Amino acid sequence: MFDINLFALSGQLLIGLINGSFYALLSLGLAIIFGLLRIINFAQGAMYMLGAFCALLFLKWFGMSYWVALFVVPFVVAVLGILIERFLIRPIANLDHLYSLLLTFGIALILQGSFTHLFGSSGLPYSTPAELKGGMKLPFMYLPNYRAWIIASSVVICGLTWYMIEKTKLGAYLRAGTENPQLLQAFGINVPLIITLTFGFGVGLAGFAGVLAAPVYSVAPDMGSNILIVVFAIVVIGGMGSIGGAIITGLLMGIIEGLTKYFYPEASATVIFLVMMLVLIVKPAGLFGKEG
Amino acid sequence: MKKMLLASLVAAGLASGAAVAAPAIDGKVKIGVIGDMGGVYADICGPGCVTATEMAIEDFGGKALGKPIEVVSADSQLKPDVASSIVRKWVENEGVDTLGGLVASSVTGAIASVASQNKNIMLISGSASNGFTTKQCSPYIAHWTYNVAALANGTVKTLVSEGKKKWFFITADYNFGHALESVSTKVIESNGGEVVGGVRAPLSTTDFSSYVLQAQASGADVVALANAGNDTVNALNAAAEFGLTEMMDVAGLLVFTQNAQAMDPDVAAGMKLTTGFYWDMDDQTREWSKRFKERHGGIPSMAHAGAYSATMHYLAAVEATGTDDPDKVMSWMKSNKPNDFFARNAYLRADGRMVHDMLLVKIKDKASRKSGDDIYQILNTIPGDTAFNPMLPECEFKY
Repeated sequence: MFDINLFALSGQLLIGLINGSFYALLSLGLAIIFGLLRIINFAQGAMYMLGAFCALLFLKWFGMSYWVALFVVPFVVAVLGILIERFLIRPIANLDHLYSLLLTFGIALILQGSFTHLFGSSGLPYSTPAELKGGMKLPFMYLPNYRAWIIASSVVICGLTWYMIEKTKLGAYLRAGTENPQLLQAFGINVPLIITLTFGFGVGLAGFAGVLAAPVYSVAPDMGSNILIVVFAIVVIGGMGSIGGAIITGLLMGIIEGLTKYFYPEASATVIFLVMMLVLIVKPAGLFGKEG
Repeated sequence: MKKMLLASLVAAGLASGAAVAAPAIDGKVKIGVIGDMGGVYADICGPGCVTATEMAIEDFGGKALGKPIEVVSADSQLKPDVASSIVRKWVENEGVDTLGGLVASSVTGAIASVASQNKNIMLISGSASNGFTTKQCSPYIAHWTYNVAALANGTVKTLVSEGKKKWFFITADYNFGHALESVSTKVIESNGGEVVGGVRAPLSTTDFSSYVLQAQASGADVVALANAGNDTVNALNAAAEFGLTEMMDVAGLLVFTQNAQAMDPDVAAGMKLTTGFYWDMDDQTREWSKRFKERHGGIPSMAHAGAYSATMHYLAAVEATGTDDPDKVMSWMKSNKPNDFFARNAYLRADGRMVHDMLLVKIKDKASRKSGDDIYQILNTIPGDTAFNPMLPECEFKY
């Protein structure tokens, strides 16, 4: 264990970063939906699964290439999210948060069950796009092109989203809408529309992550539920609702998990929860959350 | 004091067990199929095992001992406690004679402690553990399709004898993975190979790239995947992506046809594995598999085919002995050889192990596949006595 090979370690760090960028993308969607709308969306994992399945099915039905799917699928998933928000979540918006949590959890179970019924539990294969096959030889490891693409696209999407919410006028409306919806409405802004679109956007991010995941992980109905709990832990560590916190924590947890896989793989499934416990004890609002 | 308490608890358990130990010898055959109906093993032995059992009953004529044969089915939810309470209800209140399906060794183990006590015959088709004919052996268990030893004796021995001496394990970190790893390690070492390293990956790991890098650095000839289901698929994907498959062999130790279909052909092509059955072996297997596919929607796994074969042999025993008395039926099953599209050169050993020919197959590449179901090329047949480990004397049952 103390015989640390620097080359091997750099490889593990890079892999951690790649997985971390994935976590960042997924937790970003959750953080937006929670931070701006105060909805704990348990269906986020199912939306991720849906994104991967859409990419696969659109390829089968319409011959849609990976690159087109990368743009189309997030929209399709977002539209579904918008319908869910408009017709299912809206009617219970004034009740306790627990109700929307249970509702979205139910939606996730229904989606996962339906996909298991339709496509079986074993999963389906999705090929890596030809343009991204192969890889490059780094001094310390072989980096597949597709993994490089995952990290690049996640960082760009996360960066753009953060900029949009924190630095633009639209983002300012969004934030104002959560602080004081009545006041914002008095200024003539359509707050319900903003809420619906935000939910759609957050869910669309999960759809995007799903397409990104399809070539590397088995596309299976339980892929979302496996990852959702980890992503939730990341959002809690980052501070529920903190956009930048979710991104940074996602990357950080990817690295911590990656190192655990190297030093003590048996604990790799639990290390993130351990960090979560420690953070909750020391700083209950999360690393980047605001107290109160 | 603590010891006494424990002893009295055990005694109480045994007593309550003894109170119900009366199989339903009522001249009416009722089979309970328990599998995973919606979880990770649903494709392996869930609704398909029910269909296969029903097909066997229909092919048998629907009647035994002059009365219609009944089937009930249930979802174990892969939870040992849920499964054993369902089975308890079945055998104590609903007159179920025999259990079929049975997937996930932990669940099957829990069921076995209820069923063996009650003298209910278990036709195990989906589970892998060697334990059902060793540690947990019982006169009423017929372990039909395959087990961990057969997988290791098939795939591992073949690769070692091809000169692939150094092995690295990526093992699922629970009982099944540990058992598969330890049995395989014995086979490797007794054939002159060595294990140069390994990692224990938690169940349902999504990203295996970290483990693949460790495997790459180990300098092994073969990376063995001692896991199952989506874990195998994800590990193989990562191995291909990081160029591992070009440097060393990757061996999936337990791969069902459904898992092989979930793998990208470009990635999985060439991988060797051991299976108890392949649908496209000859006319007999094709005929049955075609009928199965029409009803079930997909090609059969070895567990499905095994469930059919086991049910057929059981029903033949009931009809031949003229009773549903488990002792007489098991005794007949063990002294008469099963022979159908699944059971080749087969016999049910005294310890309950169904010994039959296993197949060593290779996953076909994309170009040589004629359809989505055309996934394996059969390399050779492994005779049952080579594939399965010898019987333990303490498990040699007489009736």
